[in-house]
Amino acid sequence: MINLIPKNKNAVGMADLEVFRSDLERALISLDRDMAQQIINKAASTGSPVEIAGELISRSLKSIGDKWEKGTLSLSQVYISGLICEQIIDTILPPSSPVRKNQPKMAIAVFEDYHLLGKRIIYSVLRASGFELIDLGGGQDVTSLCEIIEKKKIKILLLSVLMLPSALRIKKLKEKLAGSGIKIIVGGAPFRFDEELWKEVGADAYGKDSSEAIDLVTKLMAETL
Amino acid sequence: MKSTGMTSMERVFTALSHKEPDRVPMFLLLTMHGAKELGLTIKEYFSKAEYVVEGQLRLRRKYNNDCLNPFFYAALETEAFGGEVIFREDGPPNSGLPCIADIEMIRYLDPPTVKESKMLHRVLKAIELLKEKSRDTVPIIGVVMSPFSLPVMQLGFDKYIEVMHFHPDLFNKLMQVNKTFCIEWANAQIKAGATAICYFDPVSSTTIIPPEWYHKTGYEIARQTLASIKGPTATHFASGFCLPIIDYVAKTGTAAIGISSMEDLSQLKHACKNRLTLLGNLNGIEMRRWSKDQAREKVISVIQAAAAGGGFILSDNHGEIPWQVSDETLHIISDTVMNHGVYPLKQS
Repeated sequence: MINLIPKNKNAVGMADLEVFRSDLERALISLDRDMAQQIINKAASTGSPVEIAGELISRSLKSIGDKWEKGTLSLSQVYISGLICEQIIDTILPPSSPVRKNQPKMAIAVFEDYHLLGKRIIYSVLRASGFELIDLGGGQDVTSLCEIIEKKKIKILLLSVLMLPSALRIKKLKEKLAGSGIKIIVGGAPFRFDEELWKEVGADAYGKDSSEAIDLVTKLMAETL
Repeated sequence: MKSTGMTSMERVFTALSHKEPDRVPMFLLLTMHGAKELGLTIKEYFSKAEYVVEGQLRLRRKYNNDCLNPFFYAALETEAFGGEVIFREDGPPNSGLPCIADIEMIRYLDPPTVKESKMLHRVLKAIELLKEKSRDTVPIIGVVMSPFSLPVMQLGFDKYIEVMHFHPDLFNKLMQVNKTFCIEWANAQIKAGATAICYFDPVSSTTIIPPEWYHKTGYEIARQTLASIKGPTATHFASGFCLPIIDYVAKTGTAAIGISSMEDLSQLKHACKNRLTLLGNLNGIEMRRWSKDQAREKVISVIQAAAAGGGFILSDNHGEIPWQVSDETLHIISDTVMNHGVYPLKQS
């Protein structure tokens, strides 16, 4: 049974967080949106929204991402978990909230096709973890991305690809953006099946899954700010 | 190359019977490479059945391939549902924006008929011509997207997962429509001359959905659909994992499974013994940059892990070899199968 009562109601202690995290993870894996909401609401009454996003939600989603990587959970569970958390986090930490993480401008896009799932997962997981990022959608190409990046002063770009030729074309994008200082993180099937590919196309980093995306964004943010 | 006594058809059917043929059968699932052979763009190549026929025949001769693969591209099926196809110069034609823009449209969705879907007629014509020219010496592999996996292109993957979980009425309706279409499309290909149908079902893999969902959804849909297809079938998971659901997959009535390069081949072979033939599992993405030695080593390693006793066809892991894979690498793969895939296999 899920325990919703932390031992100390006044502060989110480590032990309480562990209980919340394990309960939240279980609720998310079973796709129980109501239970997830109850757990987050309880936790929110004991800690700041940023703490809840970073220490509770983000770490639960990271653990779920890790389990997918190990083959013990499926992509649909990762996706729905992110979706549920994203919806909940917006109620306690709205997109325009000044307490959202101070970060360089970040965007995410699907490169050269319309298979949106990978992007949607990363978008949800990062937003639910307290990051704010612009969703550029699918079907972006070298020209359109260069224009948007310049116009919106994007500093970190996350690119999701499904097809090998699209992955290879990132090299051209990187060449066009030379000198702009932008950092590009790539992810998607071709990179999973060839772990040398991200280096070949000149990406700054490759994220295997949503869990790695959180770590990479955190690291690149520190370098970019 | 060592001479062998069997036709490709005999070789493949012996392997499917879990016996050892003269050598390991090899399915190089080449689609776009036919365009290179004919000096055409990918778009031009797929515009005429005759081009695909000529391309397939040349590729078979060039690499001693044990199948003919009249598969054009996956988005052809969503095109039949009114979807858009986007061609590119260096890769497979892709589906554009989902043809079902609003999930409520599912309530009013009817299956397209093969007769009225002119884009499918090119495939049927290619199969008929290949059947005429090959005279039953080599299997012709027809392809369908499973009713359970087609919605990834019809709706988009994210919307589809949401429909699957939060809108059971819409999900059931979509499965009914897709099953009707899939069965008609598969049987039209069988009637045109396809020897077997490859049922592409990546969404059923445990990479995408948990095994317990598969039991309730993908498994039931596969079982019902495959039972209505009037010919042998193989199920392809297009690089997704299937070991945890293998017992259920075996009960769908499929004869073979296309498997991932990331799954343990020896374990799969053991789990499938005398029930399912394995098709795989060379990593098609990595293949692009394999050296000669790497290509040779990978092929030998796969043969050693899974070919003993039959029940194995060497292929790639995804069901389509990328355009970027060179002729030289394909020649090495083929030569290695001819030299190291002869039964009885030599121990390394």
